[in-house]
Amino acid sequence: MDSMTIIAVASILIAGLTISFGCLGPALAEGRAVATALTALAQQPDASATITRTLFVGLAMIESTAIYCFVVSMILIFANPFWNHVIALAAGK
Amino acid sequence: MRLSPDELVFWQAGAFKLNATIVYTWGLMLLLTAGSWWVTRRMSMGLTRSRWQNLLEIVVTGIEHQIAEIGLPEPRKYLGFLGSLFLFVAAASLCTVLPGYEPPTGSLSTTAALALCVLVAVPLYGIEDQGLRAYLASYMEPTFLMLPFNLISEVSRTLALAVRLFGNMMSGAMIIAILLTITPFVFPIVMTLLGQLTGMVQAYIFSVLAAVYIAAATRPRNNAPEPANGR
Repeated sequence: MDSMTIIAVASILIAGLTISFGCLGPALAEGRAVATALTALAQQPDASATITRTLFVGLAMIESTAIYCFVVSMILIFANPFWNHVIALAAGK
Repeated sequence: MRLSPDELVFWQAGAFKLNATIVYTWGLMLLLTAGSWWVTRRMSMGLTRSRWQNLLEIVVTGIEHQIAEIGLPEPRKYLGFLGSLFLFVAAASLCTVLPGYEPPTGSLSTTAALALCVLVAVPLYGIEDQGLRAYLASYMEPTFLMLPFNLISEVSRTLALAVRLFGNMMSGAMIIAILLTITPFVFPIVMTLLGQLTGMVQAYIFSVLAAVYIAAATRPRNNAPEPANGR
């Protein structure tokens, strides 16, 4: 296998793995966060504004790790510097 | 596939490129400023007011109320900065209903600029509130060994703000673009709706996080308790 094939295979594999792990962890964490928030809401309905606001802030923080994985996977597919370098070399030949 | 509005160039003169990000950012600024000026041309101080003035008052008092709930004691001081952050990001997302428009927050340049504004504003508000020495001493809390970690956390918070907003906006635009090539009839509209929801949530999150960072920088002087303490 020449280097072009290795780069392509590695990028595609890792892009897929990145996005799948990046969706798995935050989804489980957000599920737990919402479940706990619902329990708290059921126990103290008066504090619903605070609980809801804190829940949304927490969900955004958890979501941001998923976004990091998404951005890395997009970079691997669309803006891959190694692939661009290898393509430029191949086009120059 | 276009990753960001930076790549769509309308006009070029040497090294200066008038790309879609700049055009849409200035368009949004024009919309927000001219709209507010138009509505408040003849403001009424009494009980009867025009519906647009009522709308602006609801927005302003709503943001002020949220800032006060975060734990900042004088919301008016921070209302300009935090309110502008929220309104800019929210308007950038809402204008997606206009055809041919792409949110400028889908470009890492815009979100990095907004995050840098927060990075500069937090120490400014902290120094204005506590004084230079007390603010710098707060980096040594709880022990001076934490100084490098506090500094790193400042940088990583800013990076997280920028990448979070960029990732959410870019992913929304990309999903709509992909769906337009697969099922162009109804699903892109549904995904645009979802994109509006996430855009508003992300606008709220951006400004709330900026408010929380400012509150953390100004809190020690007031010795205020944690905001969760029975507000």
